[in-house]
Amino acid sequence: MAQAAAIAHDDHHYSSTGLSSWKVGFWTFIGSECLFFASLISTYMVYKGRSVVGPYPHEILDIPLTSISTFVLLMSSLAMVLALDGVQKGSRKLALIWLGGVILLGSAFLGFQVYEFSHFVHEGLTLKTNVFGSSFFVLTGFHGAHVSVGVIWMITLWIMAFRNRLPAAGSLKVEIAGLYWHFVDIVWIVIFTLVYLIQ
Amino acid sequence: MSAEAATHALEQERGGHASPAFYWAIGGILTVITAVEVAAFYIPALQPVLVPTLLILSSAKFLLVVMFFMHLRFDSKIFSGLFLAGMVLAMFMTVALVVLYKVLPRFDFMG
Repeated sequence: MAQAAAIAHDDHHYSSTGLSSWKVGFWTFIGSECLFFASLISTYMVYKGRSVVGPYPHEILDIPLTSISTFVLLMSSLAMVLALDGVQKGSRKLALIWLGGVILLGSAFLGFQVYEFSHFVHEGLTLKTNVFGSSFFVLTGFHGAHVSVGVIWMITLWIMAFRNRLPAAGSLKVEIAGLYWHFVDIVWIVIFTLVYLIQ
Repeated sequence: MSAEAATHALEQERGGHASPAFYWAIGGILTVITAVEVAAFYIPALQPVLVPTLLILSSAKFLLVVMFFMHLRFDSKIFSGLFLAGMVLAMFMTVALVVLYKVLPRFDFMG
């Protein structure tokens, strides 16, 4: 109980519901992000099949490559939840290993995206080529920007863990970062299906 | 806030979080579903039912991540409500835009 009170005193600000204000606020933010990505996905779907010049999606999208990057992002979510478990158990070693895993896998996903974008530009598909290019680059570009923010966030948490400033009492920081990371993952689950597999 | 209330809140927030083995199992299931999705994409016989198949499979992945990795299965229903509110609005907006710009223009209402 003393530990719980200490945790509550540390960085948990509770609302009248007994829930952490940080988590309530962050889930509200995630709800608003659903609308943000829905608007981008809707735009892609509305303009789907309306390009009058190529390259068209079926000519240029690389399913095997994107399947691998999708697997990489899913595994980064697994690493994230294991990192949270490690922090909650007070294990600095587990926190460093799994947060490092999230950073590496997230960076690998970004690497795949940079390769894909540069390949598309080389093939003649840019933001201005056709409506497919415009809606595709805006949608996946914003997702990539979210992943980039997430990787920077994970690096700061890894440095905190490395400096022994991420005790079990501070696990809420990792939990909220995890919520963000998993949200980015579920957005990609939708994008992978609607953009890449349903052409 | 009293220590009892803090304990209750802490248990509510952390209560029921699963074991690492369980998370590995969810990761394995997500991998298998992704492999099935990609396989379905390349199987010509599945083309007539490809869209519903992919939507069901990706919905399953979505739910697994939200329920177990984001802990909504174990956390307060208030968090689920906040997320669902955004999701329902987002889905309504998507359906409305697609109907408005892709479905309705196919019909000539002006006769």
